[in-house]
Amino acid sequence: MSNEHIDEVSGVSTTGHEWDGIRELNNPLPRWWVVTFYITIFWAIGYTIAYPAWPLLHSATKGVLGYSSRDEVKNELTAAEAAKGKYVAAVEQKTVSEIAADDALREFAVAAGGAAFKVNCVQCHGSGAQGSKGFPNLNDDDWLWGGNAEQIQQTITHGIRFASDPDTRLSEMPAFGDIVTPEQITQVSAYVASLSGQIKDASLIEPGAKVFAENCVACHGDNAKGNKELGAPDLTDAIWLYGSGEAAIAAQVRAPKQGVMPAWGVRLGETKVKELAVYVHSLGGGE
Amino acid sequence: MHVLDNTRVERLEAEAVNSAKVRQPMYAARKKIFPKRASGSFRRFKWLVMAITLGIYYLTPWLRWDRGAFAPDQAVLLDLANRRFYFFFIEIWPQEFYYVAGLLVMAGVGLFLITSTVGRAWCGYTCPQTVWVDLFLVVERAIEGDRNARMKLDAGPWTARKLVLRVSKHAIWLVIGAATGGAWIFYFADAPTLVGELFTGTAAPVAYVTVAVLTATTYTFGGLMREQVCTYMCPWPRIQAAMLDESSLTVTYNDWRGEPRSRHAKKVQAAGQSVGDCVDCNACVAVCPMGIDIRDGQQLECITCALCIDACDGVMDKLGRERGLISYATLSDYNANMMLATAGGSGSVKPSLVRTADGLFSDKVSHFHIRKIFRPRTYVYMGVWSLIGLGLLYSLLTRDRLEVNVLHDRNPQFVTLSDGSIRNGYTVKLLNMIPEPRTIVVTMQGLPRADMSVVGDDIPAGRSFAIPVEPDRLKVLKVFVRQPAGQIQGTARTFTFRVEDKASFESDEYTATFNAPEIAR
Repeated sequence: MSNEHIDEVSGVSTTGHEWDGIRELNNPLPRWWVVTFYITIFWAIGYTIAYPAWPLLHSATKGVLGYSSRDEVKNELTAAEAAKGKYVAAVEQKTVSEIAADDALREFAVAAGGAAFKVNCVQCHGSGAQGSKGFPNLNDDDWLWGGNAEQIQQTITHGIRFASDPDTRLSEMPAFGDIVTPEQITQVSAYVASLSGQIKDASLIEPGAKVFAENCVACHGDNAKGNKELGAPDLTDAIWLYGSGEAAIAAQVRAPKQGVMPAWGVRLGETKVKELAVYVHSLGGGE
Repeated sequence: MHVLDNTRVERLEAEAVNSAKVRQPMYAARKKIFPKRASGSFRRFKWLVMAITLGIYYLTPWLRWDRGAFAPDQAVLLDLANRRFYFFFIEIWPQEFYYVAGLLVMAGVGLFLITSTVGRAWCGYTCPQTVWVDLFLVVERAIEGDRNARMKLDAGPWTARKLVLRVSKHAIWLVIGAATGGAWIFYFADAPTLVGELFTGTAAPVAYVTVAVLTATTYTFGGLMREQVCTYMCPWPRIQAAMLDESSLTVTYNDWRGEPRSRHAKKVQAAGQSVGDCVDCNACVAVCPMGIDIRDGQQLECITCALCIDACDGVMDKLGRERGLISYATLSDYNANMMLATAGGSGSVKPSLVRTADGLFSDKVSHFHIRKIFRPRTYVYMGVWSLIGLGLLYSLLTRDRLEVNVLHDRNPQFVTLSDGSIRNGYTVKLLNMIPEPRTIVVTMQGLPRADMSVVGDDIPAGRSFAIPVEPDRLKVLKVFVRQPAGQIQGTARTFTFRVEDKASFESDEYTATFNAPEIAR
């Protein structure tokens, strides 16, 4: 652009750039616009001095205001903890039944317990506490060791068959494969299945009932309704931890599976366990 | 004497890139505009529009509207904390925001309609920027005087008088700015309460920040930047140009009767040359708030405030000429008259071609007629605008004030209970959208022998229950539906939650799915 070029129509000078005969007018910007532009540049420079900005080899400049997004998160978490403070204190002091009876406290405990459940319990019980074979469904109304809030709290605190906790819930069904004959196992399985209306072959039921009376009533009770003190399941209902049907029952009689649940009391602390107990109790199956 | 021998020095073709010849300014200093006070019918109309629009803006939050004991009594209120929008007899919940979207679409189409008929009327009369600049100019004129006095004051040295005038002008501008920002926040909270809190320093920080920001923008845009906002910041002038066509009315300088303009009409006429109506008095330029000359033709900067029409009409009255040298005219009329005045576009304007010997307009001059702005395009805009309006109105008059939404538990989808029955969990949301407490009866239809129970409530299990819902609130229930073992049919059955207000007979239904395991016993 050696010479100024003036556009004939508008009388405005052009930038000197030309594309296929089209030239670009060089209308100057208003002063306030340009000033604003410079202000934004200075602002940006000031910003990079005030706040963390420039990347260095292993970190970045810290900024003279000492701002840190990590600190911000920390402060927000502290504030959130403080806001929860009075609820946590109440959860500490009250029993699980009292917590469950108090609307506001229950709501808090269910939320907190639900979060803890997602971290600690879903691995076995499933994300919806729906369980699976060998892992109890916590939504239903069948409880091996009792389903009121206190009993649930006890189970979570000390676990089931968890050897290192002296207070753990403990019971062990013997392996009847070594005690009774295979025929008796078939008979008793048929009888047990018949209790929940699953059997067709009536010839097996009577001898099965005899085998049951001789071997099983001590734990499962005369009416086979189970015993929550011993964690002996109710055999008359529709819920089967290790599967329903004669074959599954026979397998369990022959060589029972003994599920283990860890004791969470030491790991999570009493407050968290209480929240978990209230949450599990709230799922709809609690007693 | 030593003589420089430069024959062996080669002269290079080089030039500094920023030599004085090619150097161009990085910016243009703003040329100050001192609009003169205009008077006339358009000015009177603008005063009226200004009074109405400012009145609506400042007074609306103070209007009361009785909605009973359970809702605020402010006629127009955007209750952000509770997510409710009140507009006289209408209450809108967040999920009904499409009414606002519909109104915005109507505003858009309405703007198209207005622009395609009467040009940039929005810019010239009702745009807040125009109205507030007008208001700020009233203050400026009252303190510093009209155009000439202001120009003199501006050019003069800084005296005590100038200081006093300037300080008081800016102080009043700031007060107007603060009042504008203050009025804005009254739309978001109970105005009488908030005004008390504002002055006792107990209002929320966001209220003060909002007032401060809007004070600053009002003062800056209305007092300091004025026409710069329209020319450089607003996208609308660029868009509106696309809305205009040859049948749109717009403020026009009618060259065909104004040219050739002359400041010394008598002398020129005496010399035997013809003159047009324009006496080049610059009255139109002096009153223009955008500082432009309408005689240069249509320009992006022109907001069509029509003050130049008032100014020019005053001059024409004095000269004993017809009003309308500058007038609202359509491009088609203008073009027709230009063709007439220039004898088909060849050569310059000749007054003799548009006027008869006795000085009157020739019959061939085109004049505006109202029917010209009614054309297919405006009918389409009107039709679309009315359709949306009627649709919104219909929807508003027939909308539900009682609703039920149901979410089926996804995990687990169903639970087998010890007696073999199947239970499904649902989150049932009852929406009582009127500011009155109501008792809602929830009934289930379908799913034989199944019953419902509400978690955390003492309502006995059954196929129907009544539950109170607070005024203007959503009630969330956790409902368990349980069907006995023998009744289960298939893995997924639909049934209906029906909610009803026995008092008003309003009802709503939601069809939900009941899931069961594949082999139900």
